[in-house]
Amino acid sequence: MSSKLLIAKSEPLWNTDKKIVSLVGGLVVLLFALPHFGLNSFYLHLMIMIFMHAVMAQSWNVIAGFSGQISLGHGAFFGIGAYATSFFYVEYGVSPWISIFFGMIFSGISAILIGIPMLRLSGHYFAIATLLIGISFQVVFQRWDLVGAASGLWVPMTSGDSWMALQFHTSKTPYYYVFLIFFLITFYLVWLLSRSKLGYRLRAVRDDPQAASSLCINVPNYKIIAYVISAMIMAPMGSLFAQYILIIDPDRVFNIEISIIVLLITVLGGIGTVWGPIIGAAILIPISEYSRIYLGGTGGAVDLILYGLILMLICIFRPDGLISFVPKNILERKKQR
Amino acid sequence: MKILSVENLSRAFGGIKANNNISFEVEEGSILGVIGPNGAGKSTLFDLITGYTKADTGKVKFFEKNIFGLSPDKISNLGIGRTFQKLKPFADQTLLENVMIGSFVKEGNIKKARDKALEIIDFVDLIEKRHHFARELSTGQRKRLEMARAMAIEPKLLLMDEVTGGVDQKTIPGLVELIKKLKKSGVTIITIEHNINIIMEISDNILALDQGERIAYGSPKEIQNNKQVVDSYLGTYDAA
Amino acid sequence: MTSEIILQAIVTGLMMGLIYALIAAGLSLIFGLMDIVNFAHGEHLMLSMFSSFWLWSLFGIDPIFSIPITILLMAICGILTHYFLIRYILKAKMLIQICATFGLSIFIRSIAQLLWTPDFRNIDKPLLEGRLEVGSVFIGQPQLFASLVCLVAFFGLYLFVTKTETGLALQATAQDRHAAEILGIPSNKMFAIGWAIGLGCVGVAGGMMANYFFIFTDVGINFALFAFVAVALGGFGSIIGCLYAGIIIGLVESLGGLLIDPSFKLLYVFAIYLLVVIYKPQGLFGRY
Repeated sequence: MSSKLLIAKSEPLWNTDKKIVSLVGGLVVLLFALPHFGLNSFYLHLMIMIFMHAVMAQSWNVIAGFSGQISLGHGAFFGIGAYATSFFYVEYGVSPWISIFFGMIFSGISAILIGIPMLRLSGHYFAIATLLIGISFQVVFQRWDLVGAASGLWVPMTSGDSWMALQFHTSKTPYYYVFLIFFLITFYLVWLLSRSKLGYRLRAVRDDPQAASSLCINVPNYKIIAYVISAMIMAPMGSLFAQYILIIDPDRVFNIEISIIVLLITVLGGIGTVWGPIIGAAILIPISEYSRIYLGGTGGAVDLILYGLILMLICIFRPDGLISFVPKNILERKKQR
Repeated sequence: MKILSVENLSRAFGGIKANNNISFEVEEGSILGVIGPNGAGKSTLFDLITGYTKADTGKVKFFEKNIFGLSPDKISNLGIGRTFQKLKPFADQTLLENVMIGSFVKEGNIKKARDKALEIIDFVDLIEKRHHFARELSTGQRKRLEMARAMAIEPKLLLMDEVTGGVDQKTIPGLVELIKKLKKSGVTIITIEHNINIIMEISDNILALDQGERIAYGSPKEIQNNKQVVDSYLGTYDAA
Repeated sequence: MTSEIILQAIVTGLMMGLIYALIAAGLSLIFGLMDIVNFAHGEHLMLSMFSSFWLWSLFGIDPIFSIPITILLMAICGILTHYFLIRYILKAKMLIQICATFGLSIFIRSIAQLLWTPDFRNIDKPLLEGRLEVGSVFIGQPQLFASLVCLVAFFGLYLFVTKTETGLALQATAQDRHAAEILGIPSNKMFAIGWAIGLGCVGVAGGMMANYFFIFTDVGINFALFAFVAVALGGFGSIIGCLYAGIIIGLVESLGGLLIDPSFKLLYVFAIYLLVVIYKPQGLFGRY
């Protein structure tokens, strides 16, 4: 008996396969080097969109995949981030680097205010509530004169590239690196989260809240923590997006399409996994960008047709997402010991 | 020292008195068996004690401390663990992960929490299945998973709801041994059981419920001979 | 702010509320049967309105006469939805079920946008037009008929579910599908019937509203949200609850728009939703 126990205890905590680590490392190096291979503006834009959407999806993954709360209005936090940097720059000349934090704080506070009454609701009720909230944000911002109402905010362009104002006009490359770094940091933090005590407890809350509370887990508190973390991951993407396009309005940043796409990407890639959002973004964003080119004006609607269709197909045939195609050799090997 | 004392605990659902003025005490280090026909209110009693359902009236004291009205997570924090009649494993997680969530309560470091979980999994004799997903386990194994998970929080009092229900015959002696091992390690146990042989074998005291009311409390021998219990539930019992 | 204006708002709200009630009833029926929230409910409503529109625009059939066709089309749509999508997700996790019907709503809405463009349409000079004057209150004839038809349909639904054999079979399946199956009631068939009736209700509502409402691809969104709130307010699974809830929502929308600000109607209804789910999570008549 105890020999088996000794073997079990000697196992490594995580299957840090040397091969996977070096693969990831190589990938990271490649990503840093990519712009130097002479990528033109379109490809840089594509990569930027992939990074951004991967982080946005990861944000949704934290609340939905790790904690089991389906939010259909996550775009609200994106919009808050976008307005935070734009507003403080336009009104007070504050550098976006600082207001990114304002955006995170506002989102975090919103998450707490929304979360306290809503997160005690069961799945469907919460989903509907978030749908209502997402649309409410759009409605409210469309009528809020302080932030430009329906016309939104136009961020004044600097004469050249400016790191302080987070604007670059000569080339997309600086944007590429900013988004890349945010992407890598977020990915790493979420990866740490999934392996932490907090991560374990969130999964318990997701899988069976009643059982979780019999194990000393204060379920409502943990749901709120997850929601706040999720909101604070989303907001910076809104902020960076605002700096990327320099014109924001309620329809662009509080659009329900944002909430739709983060859901789709995560479910497509593999909800509840760390890699899912990245896989989903890497596949979906190129499809979306290319369809926009080839299908021109109607590209918008065709995008959504595809999204709806893919979402339904995944739910029917592969609810665990595309990541479930990755062979589970490592796990199987473990079982045989 | 009375580890648990319950006074006049009542709870009604609509017109039905699921628990009606139930009172009893549990000695530290003992095993209390709870018996009664289906619908007697046994699981409701557990839900009331552990805070899953709010009692209408009554007092519950754990080591003299009033725990009435506390939420389930606070109650488990004080040292009361439980298993559920309708099993609640974390289905998409492995056995090890399930138990680790329990061991995280007392152990902050992940490696130490994992090792402790492994020790408990070994204690319930499931070490080979540690990397299996909970949904892949048999009923008997899931019952042991729940016990292991509840034990991982190092409870002083463990409430077990029908651990031998739905389990095939040959697994039962193992479970009984487990319960005895637990008692020896100092855990006080309250167990709801339908298997009369087991209850008579392991219990120091037995609480008999019927239709939400306490109809008897005493040693196994006293209960065997209690006419009301025999009529409502036991039928005739042939002592081994 | 005269009492006449307020009375007008009350009457309008009441009429609209009856329509919300029927739409919500369809949603509630489906949820009660199989624990699935049809997030595409608004889009189904939109389809029924377009059905009325195209039957009028292409074949010259007035909405009053095309209603039976619309109802039939929607019932078929319900059966198809069950057969091609819902059937596969009945055993899936709630998350997946939500995503599936959510995906359906996106799909239907965007195909509609592609085929029919997002332009606003309306039916010109339907047979049912004009308005009545009752005391100081103006009541649009199409609105009045729409609400009355919805009310009748609502009670028709209620009687069907509580008094007919099929209706009782539906109730049995809703309460415990396995027990019902043992008694010889095939769940799959019941579910399909549930979808057919649920979307049939939507067909009635949409078909009648086509007489006076603007018809466009996004029209379903608001109605869907109000329907969700109505079902939550009335209690998930309770049909009668939908009637009370629908009327309350209609009144709040109308009076709120009048007394406070018309552009925030959604927020008032949202406020109701918040109050209900926080203070009485089972809703007025709910099972949960």
